[in-house]
Amino acid sequence: MDFSALNPIALVASLVVAATPLLFAALGELVTEKSGVLNLGVEGMMIFGAICGFAISVESGSPWLGLVAAAIGGALISLIFGVLTQVLLSNQVATGLALTMFGLGLAALIGQPYAGIKPPSFPKLDLPVLSDLPVIGPLLFQYDYMVYVSLALTVGIWLFLTRSRAGLVLRAVGENHDAAHSLGYNVILIRLAAIAFGGACAGLGGAYLSLIRVPQWTEGMTAGAGWIALAIVVFASWKPWRVLLGAYLFGGVTILQLNLQALGISIQSQYLSMTPYLVTIIVLVIMSADRSRAALNAPASLGRVFHKTG
Amino acid sequence: MLRLEPRRRPSKLMLGLTPVLAVIATMIAGGILFAILGKNPVEAIRIIFIDPFLDPFSRTELLVKGAPLVLIAIGLSLGFRANIWNIGAEGQFVIGALAGGATGLAFYPMEGIWILPVMAIAGAAGGFAWAMIPAFLKIRFNANEILVSLMLVYVAILLLSALVSGPLRDPDGFNFPESRLFHDSATLPIIISGSRAHAGVLVALASVVIAYVLLNRHVLGYQIKLTGQAPKAAAFAGVNANRIIAICLGTSGALAGLAGMFEAAGPVGQLVPALPVGYGFTAIIVAFLGRLNPIGILLAGGVMALTYIGGETAQLTLSLPAAAISVFQGMLLFFLLAMDILITYRVRIRRTEVA
Repeated sequence: MDFSALNPIALVASLVVAATPLLFAALGELVTEKSGVLNLGVEGMMIFGAICGFAISVESGSPWLGLVAAAIGGALISLIFGVLTQVLLSNQVATGLALTMFGLGLAALIGQPYAGIKPPSFPKLDLPVLSDLPVIGPLLFQYDYMVYVSLALTVGIWLFLTRSRAGLVLRAVGENHDAAHSLGYNVILIRLAAIAFGGACAGLGGAYLSLIRVPQWTEGMTAGAGWIALAIVVFASWKPWRVLLGAYLFGGVTILQLNLQALGISIQSQYLSMTPYLVTIIVLVIMSADRSRAALNAPASLGRVFHKTG
Repeated sequence: MLRLEPRRRPSKLMLGLTPVLAVIATMIAGGILFAILGKNPVEAIRIIFIDPFLDPFSRTELLVKGAPLVLIAIGLSLGFRANIWNIGAEGQFVIGALAGGATGLAFYPMEGIWILPVMAIAGAAGGFAWAMIPAFLKIRFNANEILVSLMLVYVAILLLSALVSGPLRDPDGFNFPESRLFHDSATLPIIISGSRAHAGVLVALASVVIAYVLLNRHVLGYQIKLTGQAPKAAAFAGVNANRIIAICLGTSGALAGLAGMFEAAGPVGQLVPALPVGYGFTAIIVAFLGRLNPIGILLAGGVMALTYIGGETAQLTLSLPAAAISVFQGMLLFFLLAMDILITYRVRIRRTEVA
């Protein structure tokens, strides 16, 4: 086997592209979970965003319009979950699973006429001088715009959660909803907003897959990315910077196994394709093993039903 | 305005009524969906929900599709009652089919009535072992069983694909990624002649009876329910939480594995990459629709089997896309969860009084 065929710069560049959909979805879920809501429907919201973005881009010819549609679509479908769990007090685990099944089905239904079509191409950053630099250019200044948006979003969410009053309120709702309620905050409204934000981010992550990374529409194309995003949030101990690290780690694993497959390594390709899922399990085990630390970081009201009685 | 008022105790009436209401609401919403797709909604609903009963072959197909759903859902319901969420039944189903099927292939072309029981044991053991991975990781390392069991679905499906294009490939099969057809001694007997209804149907019915007795007459059933409803009380009463995790995940894995082996040695007749068709996920809906109650699950399994068979007919006669049925199933679960509130809360109309 010839490892010299692997170009480290190209590897890093494709790692970033592979990680970006996970980063969007995991950042959205982070905010949702910080408000005390466990939404297991990430996979469903992602694939719904993927087809919304794809369909609108193809119909309108504008990839930007597609991304906006993906965010709106993701937010709308997440609000089904929101109304069920927040207003009708349904079980969050079951409702999240229902959202995933519904999203996968609905996306496949909408996507039928779009299989095999090429979406309009997405512009890449092209700065004079900087983008043409050797090594640094492809590593830093030649990605599509959404990569920079995802990084800005990481910074933005970090600032929001740790430096803003609204972020403090969101975290208070997630830590102790009864106390936040007695202080006069509208727990349900805040949680609905957090759920919709999570849905919009997951939708963007899905559209990044169908419009930029692949770019094509195939049924079930998220292939567990939404579930991996959920695992990344646990890996990150609910911290935005670690979400970035986690997403890039998984991007790295994906790219490495894809490149090994392309090199024609003498292992059956199916075994290499298992690695991202196996790595997810290993990472979960490592992060959960220390029970006291895991409990310290998780929002205290995560997954608990809130109903103001009286 | 409408106001929710907690009930003193859960309403028994609503517990039984809401699944029926949810099915009706799904039919209405599904009809709207079909109308949007440009199909005649009344005809579509009739094809999916009524026609399968009119045709004798479809009636036996209800048993073929219902058996794996019921078998898996019975296992899942035990865990769901104890707040243990095995959502990787699809993976345990695949591993059960692999283990059972590989055993059958190993005995090719031997004959004997002992081959099928050995295959069934291997299938159940395979599913059990696959489910014990999340169980062990949860007990020992506190890892979330939802994510671990789900990740293992993808691993299992890839493993099936790797093995049928590798060691289990049919030696006379022109390199197609599929195993050889099971020989007669490794194929399930048919219980209704002229149909595909196989002996696995009887096992599924037996599992309903056993689960009913377990939950209502055995201390283990009581411990499972107690762990779900009041984990602290269960701990004080001496219930070993880890043991409950292992039993619930292990049982659901074994039953899913058995269902997988039945599917391979029954209707499919060989190991193929397309063996998993989502029974493991649909069974989650079956478990909820049946209110985690064995008899309810039997009825719910019938309803979901109906959507599978009617959905296939609708694909052919109305050229309805296959995905429409998954949307249908997702909607059903949404409606059911939305109506759950009627069990524990009463809806009251509050009039604003004039001061």
